[in-house]
Amino acid sequence: MAKYIVKRILMGFLTAFLVATLTFFIMNLVPGGPFLSEKAITPQAQAAMEAKFGMDKPLFQQYLTYMGDLVHGNLGMSIKKRGRTVNQIIAEKFPTSARLGGLAILFALGVGVPLGSIAAFRRGKLADNIIIVFATAGIAIPSFLSSTLLMYIFSVKLKLLPSLGLKTAASYIMPVFALALYPASYISRLMRSSMLDVIGQDYMRTAKAKGVSTFKSIFKHALRNAILPVVTYVGPLVAYLMTGSFIIEKIFTIPGLGHEFVGAITSRDYPMIMGTTIFLAVFVIIMNVIVDIVYAFIDPRIKLK
Amino acid sequence: MSDYLVDIQHEKLSFFTPAGEVRALNDVTIRMKEGEVLGIVGESGSGKSVTAYSIMGLTAENGKLMGGTVEFNGHRIDQMSEQEIRKIRGKEVSIIFQDPMTSLNPVYTIGNQIEEVLKLHTGKRGAEAHARAVELLRLVGINEPEKRVKQYPHELSGGMRQRVMIAIALACEPKLLIADEPTTALDVTIQAQILELMQELKGKLGMGIILITHDLGVVASMCDHIAVMYAGEIVEYGETDDIFYNPQHEYTKGLLRSIPKFSERDYTKLVPIEGQPVDMLNPPVGCAFAPRCDSCMKICLTKKPDRTDFEGVHYSRCWLQKKAAFMAARGAESGK
Repeated sequence: MAKYIVKRILMGFLTAFLVATLTFFIMNLVPGGPFLSEKAITPQAQAAMEAKFGMDKPLFQQYLTYMGDLVHGNLGMSIKKRGRTVNQIIAEKFPTSARLGGLAILFALGVGVPLGSIAAFRRGKLADNIIIVFATAGIAIPSFLSSTLLMYIFSVKLKLLPSLGLKTAASYIMPVFALALYPASYISRLMRSSMLDVIGQDYMRTAKAKGVSTFKSIFKHALRNAILPVVTYVGPLVAYLMTGSFIIEKIFTIPGLGHEFVGAITSRDYPMIMGTTIFLAVFVIIMNVIVDIVYAFIDPRIKLK
Repeated sequence: MSDYLVDIQHEKLSFFTPAGEVRALNDVTIRMKEGEVLGIVGESGSGKSVTAYSIMGLTAENGKLMGGTVEFNGHRIDQMSEQEIRKIRGKEVSIIFQDPMTSLNPVYTIGNQIEEVLKLHTGKRGAEAHARAVELLRLVGINEPEKRVKQYPHELSGGMRQRVMIAIALACEPKLLIADEPTTALDVTIQAQILELMQELKGKLGMGIILITHDLGVVASMCDHIAVMYAGEIVEYGETDDIFYNPQHEYTKGLLRSIPKFSERDYTKLVPIEGQPVDMLNPPVGCAFAPRCDSCMKICLTKKPDRTDFEGVHYSRCWLQKKAAFMAARGAESGK
């Protein structure tokens, strides 16, 4: 197992390297640059700015410099946020997004897994139909619509929840719900179908024949076998949700990392684009390794080699 | 309360499917004493498994008892709630299934799965349950039980897994063991070993066994009584010798004709039973076997035959014997 993890980490470095390289060159291939949009900039000033950020050098040399810094964990200076490093910005914004995303993941699992299991065990009955309708709606409704609706109902009409920021515990409710709606619905459906598969297995009949109660046979015998597809789905999802959602953060005015992702692209803040992309990529890579390890713990038939 | 371990009287059981009502059991009566071995023989869909499952209340949710009574070990199974039946399952009656490859939960160790049933019914826990699990594995002839108990099902062969299933089934020393085609999924040498093991354990523990199979060869060596089922009915019932040496029903005769015999010198061809199994959604009005029977008479197509009793417990449901018995009775009368 240790050998497997070391191998996966080395593979992860290679993947991160490829992501960094591709992003770097594709980003520079796009016409324009960080200083074009600013008004009344003199050629001298632009040249001075480019020199400051090392952009006057040939592209390949810039790449080597960047990769050299990257190896030391230095993601460079932000072009647009003067005087601040990309590391600082990520360190500052990530906890907010991570808190929100983490809560959303817990909520999605806490709702999706039980609902999916109930739907499977009540297949074709009323509970199943209701759950399926809600899960389908949850997948189909885009988050900007659900968050706007939530905000309209609970902030504007009922005046129950604050509509912006994350100052109180109550202000987490709407963004977390809006963020979790899609994954919760997706997990419900995933759980339902894999649970249905497991219910039909012979070992479930064996459990019943032993005198195990339905409730216990769900928890002990079915859940552990049925949860694998959910684990696969949730792994990378943790990375995506914890690095923030642009739409949710925009609508609820939350100072998170999701905002920075899109903001960096529109303002052509090259180091920021690189930094956030590599950060997400590494996060996804780590989550995938964790998923593999969790897999081996859940199902003894899976050997990590 | 009856004196029998299993006392099924006129059981009728239907499955309600989207296509319609399937009458899986049609007036099935079975009596079995403690420690007896009953073989239930028949082709797929004949109701042999359903009969046995109904003793454990294990017929699927859509299976409804339409009439008759099911009694086991003094319990009226047909009147019990799911919670009440649960206390009997695995304790007083247990079952081993056809396919040992899929009947064990792949994510728990063998030991865990044996201990589970012990915890449920005997109150044995922890080290005590573990020790019993090891003892049970040794009982079913698994070598290195201390090591096996910690292994997962995928680390064991098919034959070993079936032995584990038997260990689970016998963990609480049940009065009745239902073996639902226990050897069908195993290869021939393992089949013999498993049957031998069951016989040996029966000698040690003295439980009754219901052996469900479509292989007459399997039942011959083990069973005290044999019930031959066809289309949800017992068409012939008797002691093992009655069935093998004095078969009455045409279906039983057909089954026996389809077993290879090694004793015969001129290697005669096996005779298959022609035709298709009954469509249980639209069963025939008369004798269910009539469309496939070589000796089918007019009455067979329109009326169901009832029991014709022979010597001892032996009986069959066939118009041919009915007719023969009637003729014999008339002959005796006129001879007076």
